[in-house]
Amino acid sequence: MTEEKKNMQQEIASLVEKWKDKEGNLIMILHELQNYFGYVPRAAALELSRALQTPLARIYEVITFYNFFKLEPPGKHIISLCLGTACYLKGAPVLLNEIKTLLNIEEGQTTKDGLFQLDVVRCLGCCGLAPVIKIDEKVYGKVQKNQVMGILSEYSEHQKEG
Amino acid sequence: MGQTIVFIKDTGLEGDRTKDFYAAFLNLLRENSLEEKAQVVRVADIGIYNQGLVVKFPEKDVTYVKVGEEDLKEVVAKTVKEGKVIDRLLFKEEPKQLRIVLRNCGEIDPENIDEYIAKDGYRALAKVLKDYKPADVIEELKKSGLRGRGGAGFPTWLKWKLTHETQDTQKYMICNADEGDPGAYMDRGVLEGDPHSVLEGLIIAGYTIGASQGYFYVRAEYPLAVERVEKALKQAYDYGFLGKNILGSNFSFDIDIRLGAGAFVCGEETALIASIEGRRGTPRPRPPYPSVKGLWDKPTAINNVETLANIAPIILKGGDWYSSIGTEKSKGTKVFALTGKVKNSGLVEVPMGITLREIVFDIGGGMLSDKGIKAIQTGGPSGGVIPKEYLDTPVDYENLQKLGSIMGSGGMIVMDEDDCMVDIAKFYLGFCVDESCGKCVPCRIGGYQMLSVLNKITESQGQIEDLDKLKRIALAMQKASLCALGQTAANPVISTIRYFEEEYRDHIVNKKCRSHKCKHLLNYNVIQDRCKRCRVCVINCPVNAISGDKEKGFFVDPKTCVRCGKCFEVCKFNAIAKE
Repeated sequence: MTEEKKNMQQEIASLVEKWKDKEGNLIMILHELQNYFGYVPRAAALELSRALQTPLARIYEVITFYNFFKLEPPGKHIISLCLGTACYLKGAPVLLNEIKTLLNIEEGQTTKDGLFQLDVVRCLGCCGLAPVIKIDEKVYGKVQKNQVMGILSEYSEHQKEG
Repeated sequence: MGQTIVFIKDTGLEGDRTKDFYAAFLNLLRENSLEEKAQVVRVADIGIYNQGLVVKFPEKDVTYVKVGEEDLKEVVAKTVKEGKVIDRLLFKEEPKQLRIVLRNCGEIDPENIDEYIAKDGYRALAKVLKDYKPADVIEELKKSGLRGRGGAGFPTWLKWKLTHETQDTQKYMICNADEGDPGAYMDRGVLEGDPHSVLEGLIIAGYTIGASQGYFYVRAEYPLAVERVEKALKQAYDYGFLGKNILGSNFSFDIDIRLGAGAFVCGEETALIASIEGRRGTPRPRPPYPSVKGLWDKPTAINNVETLANIAPIILKGGDWYSSIGTEKSKGTKVFALTGKVKNSGLVEVPMGITLREIVFDIGGGMLSDKGIKAIQTGGPSGGVIPKEYLDTPVDYENLQKLGSIMGSGGMIVMDEDDCMVDIAKFYLGFCVDESCGKCVPCRIGGYQMLSVLNKITESQGQIEDLDKLKRIALAMQKASLCALGQTAANPVISTIRYFEEEYRDHIVNKKCRSHKCKHLLNYNVIQDRCKRCRVCVINCPVNAISGDKEKGFFVDPKTCVRCGKCFEVCKFNAIAKE
């Protein structure tokens, strides 16, 4: 635990050092923190508040305003289901239901085993492939309801082998 | 001797026979012992539609259309073997698309500045720094008639002039690349395909308004775009297009990247400024406009990606050239993200004034299925729907506004008879309610109330007074919201009521959704003639709403039924009716 804490302090100190001369640096530091931890842990936000001499409330006000920042650790595989207009018209709501049923989670939640996290996103910017699901960095286009199970099982099998 | 590359694609309406033509082509080559000489490539999209088999020789810039199997022999014998062009088959139609913003996309390696320079890149910047005073740039832009491509269509020259004229020791220039409209990805296309074109525009803008610092505000959800912009910036510094005394002039300019963090409202300029300052992205009342008090209270100009990508061509070819394209008040081209129920979705760049029909049917290749077109949605959550009766309207800022929609950033979504207009209105409004920053009451509460009325209507609880209520709240939002998000959030509702009031009434009075989208208004029933009494629906129904026996047949009890649609899905004999 102390080792972890030390690492965190070092990481934050180096980030603050990198950005300290730039005005309006808070959002950029949060981006880098989230890149590093996968989310913004409360301990890191506290540490950051000390390092920047900014009230914690100021930092939380920003984290909670922007959809991109997460306060909870992410699942191992992140499913981003696109609900942009094109995907919506081409059947994304059906896919969403299918995933929810298969994994037994709601949007924004992580499965109990921590394997999948289901996020709904507004547009992945590849509307030509609608409807689109992105799992981690891989994009699946023109997905049909009956393919969802197969796609998800690719990831659970990886898990077994690994 | 090198190989000739041949692209082929069957664009006929009767199913794609590219595979057959491909085999025939290869056979002919083999018969003529030419298989070493040509490499035939089956392409997924060749940019021409409904013209039968299209054969393209990209190196020669020769394209044949409506090539029959007989013609194919001639193509092999003459063009492949002897290099002769067959006039009879040549593709003659004027191309509908005109690429200014997308001029280099797909043509050059976006990560290589040399390729951009080879395409006249940074020549406009050199020209400006050598021969133009800021006022000259503004004059050229005024002649061009370029208007902001972010949505509102504010004249770019005026924005630059106002910022240029405000006196201050420090000014800022910002590129707004926080593209957030669902169903639109023009900026992403440009940033990933040709980042230098935007960068060059941004540097020229910085010079014109007198800024020494610029910012690229890029959406964090576009990691590749961020990466390419980062690379482009580094290369531009290495080549001396950024930094101190650019190209030996007195002008010095630095650019930093700032990442957005997933807030639609940050497309609004004052909210974007707040976000760059590291705060919550909430808008503030204007005036003072950013041209007077912007980033850190200094004069600031903010332009959209597409606007900036237009700058270099205008400088090189002149404002008069640019203003010769388009309509009286809307000049140049516009990039649209054509998506939805259209055969070929993708980015298209067209001159202003082209009709919606040309975009959807000539460029987009028509509808995806045999369901007829119902409407086109433009402008994303701030826009409206345009019904099929207006397909022949020339597209420009004014016309779209007259029809109750807006140009917006360029999303264009084609909808067919399967799409319910009440549902669409609900979808867009839901987006704006989600994305409302919550600072001002009309937007925060008005949007929520409208959404609950729409929910009521789609859940069969609607009353006829609700239509008036929607209109009243919409008016309040339009008049009293702080920023464009709230002012325009009601547009999708208003425009669907304007053109499809019948459909709303159907939902409210007859409790029917003719597109079968609103599930609370659906009724499931067993079609007795088709039913094979297999009981699959009975077993799968989660609420045991289906009863009966093999003798009498099965029936759905509408009171117990939760409209989940499971029976409809599991029935192998299409014996469940949904109406």
